[in-house]
Amino acid sequence: MATEHSRATARLMISPAVLLLLAWMIVPLALTLYFSFLRYNLLMPGMEEWAGFLNYKFFLTDPAFFSAVWKTLELVGGVLIITVVGGILLALLLDQQFWGQGAVRILVIAPFFVMPTVSALVWKNMFMNPVNGLFAYLAKVFGLPPFDFLAQAPMLSIIMIVAWEWLPFATLILLTALQSLDSEQLEAAEMDGASFISRFFYIVLPHLSRAITVVILIQTIFLLSTFAEILVTTNGGPGTATTNLTYLVYVQSLLQFDVGGGSAGGVVAIILANIVAIFLMRMIGKNLDA
Amino acid sequence: MARAVSTRRKITFTVIAWVIGIAIFFPILWTILTSFKTEGEAIASPPSFLFFDWTLENYTTVQERSNYFLHFWNSVVISLGSTVLGLIIAIPAAWSMAFVPGKRTKDVLMWMLSTKMLPPVGVLIPIYLLFRDAGLLDTRTGLVVVLTLMNLPIIVWMLYTYFREIPGEILEAARMDGAGLREEIIYILTPMAVPGIASTLLLNVILAWNEAFWTLNLTAANAAPLTAFIASYSSPEGLFYAKLSAASTMAIAPILILGWFSQKQLVRGLTFGAVK
Repeated sequence: MATEHSRATARLMISPAVLLLLAWMIVPLALTLYFSFLRYNLLMPGMEEWAGFLNYKFFLTDPAFFSAVWKTLELVGGVLIITVVGGILLALLLDQQFWGQGAVRILVIAPFFVMPTVSALVWKNMFMNPVNGLFAYLAKVFGLPPFDFLAQAPMLSIIMIVAWEWLPFATLILLTALQSLDSEQLEAAEMDGASFISRFFYIVLPHLSRAITVVILIQTIFLLSTFAEILVTTNGGPGTATTNLTYLVYVQSLLQFDVGGGSAGGVVAIILANIVAIFLMRMIGKNLDA
Repeated sequence: MARAVSTRRKITFTVIAWVIGIAIFFPILWTILTSFKTEGEAIASPPSFLFFDWTLENYTTVQERSNYFLHFWNSVVISLGSTVLGLIIAIPAAWSMAFVPGKRTKDVLMWMLSTKMLPPVGVLIPIYLLFRDAGLLDTRTGLVVVLTLMNLPIIVWMLYTYFREIPGEILEAARMDGAGLREEIIYILTPMAVPGIASTLLLNVILAWNEAFWTLNLTAANAAPLTAFIASYSSPEGLFYAKLSAASTMAIAPILILGWFSQKQLVRGLTFGAVK
């Protein structure tokens, strides 16, 4: 029963948010796109000239680019596997009856609230340091040689750190989904003699599929942009062993001052992220109709 | 109906769950403990767990050496400032979309969400250059602006999902009883909307407090919030474990506490209502 008058008011109320977001999206995007076609280095001001697709050519044929795309996939894939599998197991565990459910839940969720720079530095220094870290001490107790995590297995170490940060998120969402499962259905299956394994694969997992998809998509969006953890632990190294696409663009633009090349990289990063985004948007859009 | 669970089964799960819970929490616990040690004890082998001389010296040292409080205050201003500004812009928008939905409301919502999918690194250069030219690099104002825009879609979405649950019939009933628009907003909508607004505020303060892309790239000594300040410990000061721990403990404590209150909103806010 909205009147013409209230519709006009409604439009007026939405417009600040829409206009701001529109500006936030269009202005920088247009500039990135424009810069990506320029030869533009901050160290040589006033020397900008049209470069056509040269930046893209350099960026896309640079071995560092393929390495960075591969590292990005490694990081995203590794973290997703750990957090989804771990999250399902943890959610199943937290869904059981035991003493101190609320307290354990709080312990499990806590890592999500730790800022990335803190968690990366704590893991790097106090756990993974080959001399003074706790893991080195444990290795000594068991008579093993110390392992220099960030030098010998840099990507795996970063995957571990980032997975620790995101495990709570996956767990919390999967637990929420699990709790909406009709327990009578499970009881009926149990009475009919279905084992735990078959109950899990035929009832629980299908029920969780939607939540799992949401976890994967949302985490992917954030994980594609992993930056702080790499900056404070390895600086993308050793060599380029932990340089993902975000970090590569950062190096090119803010450390080498190559605005043109960095922008071309940025455009590539946007395209890759959009491929994931399309799937996520479809999922959420469907939910909006329901 | 809850199933009767045998005591043995319950004990087993209690043990497993607590062991795993403490293992996951351990890095945080260890950081807190280390912050009360001396530097010598912090790297002692074997490590001391509880039986060491507890000291507060690291906390005072961190403040004296690096003006910790300035960075803490930056974090407060930036996270609260960007969230409040975001709410001011988002409340009217979410309000009208929830109560006066038009044909294009859904499209607008989806489009807002899509801006969130833009990887920050894709617009790093233009924002950096625009900020440089506008004199906004390393200022709190600059970061408030960026984080407001970054989180605006989440704020609008969260508010929208909350507002949508306020039944429209209540408004009609109030109108029948002769309430004007002003009374409607003050006496009916606001009290019903406050919980939703509060949880949106909470979650977005957390997100802004921990944001570590723009804060690292757009600040230096003056406007650096805690995320960027702690990053300066990456080397070689990070080797002073006790001080690193003290700085870290203070940086995460407020958000850890806020976070525990916002567990439920977290799911809803970060999945844009797709999982409730």
